[in-house]
Amino acid sequence: MTLEEKQQDIIDEFGIYDDWMDKYEYIIELGKDLPLIKEDKKTEDKLIEGCQSRVWLDTEVIDDVMHFTADSDAIITKGIIGLLIRVLDKETPKTVATCDLHFIREIGLQEHLSPTRANGLASMVKKMKISALKAAAQQE
Amino acid sequence: MESTSQVTIDVEKIRNDFPALSQEVYGKPLVYLDNGATAQKPQLVIDAIDKYYRTDNSNIHRGVHFLSQQATTQYEEARKTIQRYINAPLEEEVLFTAGTTAGINMVAFSYGELLNAGDEIIISAMEHHSNIVPWQMVCERRGCVLKVIPMNERGELSMSAFEDLLSDKTRLVSVTHISNTLGTINPIKEIIQKAHEKGAVAFIDGAQSIQHMQVDVQDLDCDFYAFSGHKVFGPTGVGVLYGKKEILDKMPPYQGGGDMIEKVTFEKTTYNVLPHKFEAGTPHIAGGICLGKAFEYLNELDMDAVQAYETELAQYAEEQLMQFEGMRIIGTAKNKTSVVSFVVEGLHPFDIGTLLDKQGIAVRTGHHCTQPIMDFFKIPGTIRASFAFYNTKEEVDQLIAGVKRCINMLR
Repeated sequence: MTLEEKQQDIIDEFGIYDDWMDKYEYIIELGKDLPLIKEDKKTEDKLIEGCQSRVWLDTEVIDDVMHFTADSDAIITKGIIGLLIRVLDKETPKTVATCDLHFIREIGLQEHLSPTRANGLASMVKKMKISALKAAAQQE
Repeated sequence: MESTSQVTIDVEKIRNDFPALSQEVYGKPLVYLDNGATAQKPQLVIDAIDKYYRTDNSNIHRGVHFLSQQATTQYEEARKTIQRYINAPLEEEVLFTAGTTAGINMVAFSYGELLNAGDEIIISAMEHHSNIVPWQMVCERRGCVLKVIPMNERGELSMSAFEDLLSDKTRLVSVTHISNTLGTINPIKEIIQKAHEKGAVAFIDGAQSIQHMQVDVQDLDCDFYAFSGHKVFGPTGVGVLYGKKEILDKMPPYQGGGDMIEKVTFEKTTYNVLPHKFEAGTPHIAGGICLGKAFEYLNELDMDAVQAYETELAQYAEEQLMQFEGMRIIGTAKNKTSVVSFVVEGLHPFDIGTLLDKQGIAVRTGHHCTQPIMDFFKIPGTIRASFAFYNTKEEVDQLIAGVKRCINMLR
């Protein structure tokens, strides 16, 4: 499945909800499936301190593709991270670095990625992209 | 919290004065419970802003033309309205600022210039960051020592500890009237009196108080009292610093520029009299005028009834919240205003705040710019519902139903 197909999949899944609370019910469920960062990896350098919720992110490049594991102390943040990882995991560094994560806007969750939201998500995406850029540079 | 049954405010009529309250968000009627962050504006303030920019816009002071004189009169009238409201002895003791933070920084800088190494400044354990950091900056700059009045688990300051902290070296005491996070109403009159006994000046952060109760700066005998316009139903970007003339006169200016001078030469500049000495540059003219309007609105209300009504709402909210397992109210002082901060065991405030928002309920979550309070209670943040006189019991019920739904979804 291409990155674009994965984004479309999520857009379709969210299309069935017209009530915000149902949408969030689903996000909370998704949070439970998040590929969790190993407890011993929850170190300071993996921590993205938001003003409200905290996010831990670990990035690895295995066989030329990116792998992400993460965690957050807030369930909704966790659910949104789950969506982001679903789209970005196993993609090449170049794809991760250059892709437009438009699905977030289309399912109406862009507020969570706003830098002022202070939940650590905007910084997390930035960190994902920077590590992808570094990996892409090494591959060239 | 002390309960009063005499409630004589017409909430329905009041709500009609605030157009923002009748809107829907996410298809649900807005329940606005974030008044501690900022208050909604009455029609009279909104109309005054519109009128100012439509017909009255002009720079104030020294203008010889009609519009300038008219704007100057309105601006100075607003100052008088506020002077009367807080019962300041002199109108030049009412300084327009950009808000509470600006007022604190002004005094921290300017009064700070009069402080020396070893002088002591006392604040409290429940201060907003804006009443902590400026004093830390003074201490760094002038070599002063910062001391902190501790509080108990209920969120009440220890007055005996305060007395122990006071010494002959104490030069300034700066305490919040009401805690934005805990709702505690501090015994500021006593604090001011004890500070004075040691020859220290007393600064009161009034950001959370003047919208909830009658404030009389002469009765309090405070040396400084700062508040923000936007929390008092006025515009953002404007606020007031009350200061006693005898003290303000001794203080050097904070910012240099237009309006604050008497005579400028390249060799020497002499400064203007109060209040202009502390009002450099073109001020927020519309803001000042419309803040005056906000106080005209408050003037029409019985503030004792307002306080009683708001306290009753908050008390009802607390009682209802306690039905939920794992509920913990943060801030249970005996003397409390209409701020209800809470946490639910095992649930993150951010999740609850997000889900309340989607139900049309606006609350604030996080540390509320009071990280030391969060550290004290060992929590990452709270959910804070803060009430104004336009909130209703039905809205509290909606909050409770909303919280119930959040808990069911998150557990």
